[in-house]
Amino acid sequence: MNYWPLLGVAVVVAGFVLRTNPALVVVVAGVVSGLLAGLPVPDLLALIGAKFVASRNLLVLLLTLPTIGLLERAGLREHAAAFIARMRTFTLARLLIAYLAVRQILSMLGLSGIAGHAQTVRPLLAPMAEAAAEKIDPALGAEARERVKALCAATDNTGLFFGEDVFIAFGAVLLIQGFYAQNGISLDPRSISLWALPTAIAAFVIQSLRAIRLQRALRRKAESRSAD
Amino acid sequence: MQIEYVFWLSGALLAACALHDLRAQRFAAAAFWGILAVVFIGGTALPTQAVGIGVIVLALIAGSGALRRVPEAVAPAAAEFRRASAARLGHKLFAPALLIPLGTLVLSLLQPYSPWAAADRVQFTLIALTVACIAATFAALWLTRAHPRHAVGEASRLLDALSWALLLPMLLAMLGAVFAATGVGEAIAHLVTAVIPTDSRAACLIAFAFGMVAFTVIMGNAFAAFPVMMAGIGMPLLIGQHHAHAAALGALGMLTGYCGTLLTPMAANFNIVPAALLELRDQNGVIRAQWPTALALLAFNVAMLWFFSLP
Repeated sequence: MNYWPLLGVAVVVAGFVLRTNPALVVVVAGVVSGLLAGLPVPDLLALIGAKFVASRNLLVLLLTLPTIGLLERAGLREHAAAFIARMRTFTLARLLIAYLAVRQILSMLGLSGIAGHAQTVRPLLAPMAEAAAEKIDPALGAEARERVKALCAATDNTGLFFGEDVFIAFGAVLLIQGFYAQNGISLDPRSISLWALPTAIAAFVIQSLRAIRLQRALRRKAESRSAD
Repeated sequence: MQIEYVFWLSGALLAACALHDLRAQRFAAAAFWGILAVVFIGGTALPTQAVGIGVIVLALIAGSGALRRVPEAVAPAAAEFRRASAARLGHKLFAPALLIPLGTLVLSLLQPYSPWAAADRVQFTLIALTVACIAATFAALWLTRAHPRHAVGEASRLLDALSWALLLPMLLAMLGAVFAATGVGEAIAHLVTAVIPTDSRAACLIAFAFGMVAFTVIMGNAFAAFPVMMAGIGMPLLIGQHHAHAAALGALGMLTGYCGTLLTPMAANFNIVPAALLELRDQNGVIRAQWPTALALLAFNVAMLWFFSLP
């Protein structure tokens, strides 16, 4: 067995530790791994090019940018923030938990592509969450603002990942079934997706608790400041 | 109806943004988006080796640091314009933004009744999203009474803010293919199976679970980790030797890999692109927000595997 291509993995690890530009790191790792495996340079270039072209569908969020840019120029984020600021019942935790529930249920129904970081998190969820956080602490610091925004992205990811496996026609379930079929074990996709349900519930509970904890932490900070 | 049209439209938008950067004398950004526009429009018609060279040039431009666009100081007039416009338009501003997810939803629900009922569902969703984005752009133009050149200008502003992070998911897909072609997966599985005591159920299970996480962290994708860990440990040891329950092992094994996805910068479209989109100062801010969830779910999954997948 040729262990030399593993140096490509080492390049990735070193690159991220040294905080080199990730795009450069990833391409260098591919070239290193390919050359050490003895791939001829023309074949390696062809492999890189073919796979890059084949993954163009990963970039569709591009097409949301004109709409989002135009709406931001017309004050979308300001309005989303003002809207949440007026609503008493929508606290930060309730906002994030409601978004998580919707995201997870849509993913379970196989509708995972309709929300996402570009479509919903940047234009809607993040400014709303920031406004909800400002209701708790009007003097919200840059650090806390960063934590709120990051938790919005984390909530979207958690809802997506731990919802979609419950959907039978999702790629992961079909991949598992296909792998077993190749190895002589035939399984009903429903039996696989059923086993994803407990983790989906656990993910909802854990992420909801984290939203509540962040809200408490912000509240404590605001109270300790006003007590000074 | 062809998926290529989606890529042509994306390529046209990239080309427009490249011209916008060229006029503003941001030459590195113009070259970067220009090359990408050619790849998107040319697609499979281009010689793959030329695309390979293009990818290396893109990485070199990104690594040179020349893409950094100095954020223009927010003019007080622009901030005032946004506030006044927000007050005037109110909830109407949500309409085009919601048109993207809702339009995609409605169109993908209509698929079975359309002439394209037999088309691939993922591709159809992609086309539905594109149609919804076009409709939303027109709705936003009409609502805000903005000139179409503002649509390009604003897209270019967001594109330059995303910068190379936008490209990372494609580059990582490419790296995954190179790793697969060079046998990196088999080499890792080989090393793992060489060190575990195969008679111990606990050791096999832990090696499987942590192998899924570690491999997903390296590859950025649980789908790449699953066949390798299943072939190395899952099938021969857990199912073959210790009679594990196949459906539970498969589902929970994949979900264990997802915990790794929450932890790695290699899963760029989930962890690095949003950090750029939300303008976080820390590139790893999203991962920092996710690790407690990831570790709690990892513990839950390992417990589920231990109690339910093993007889």
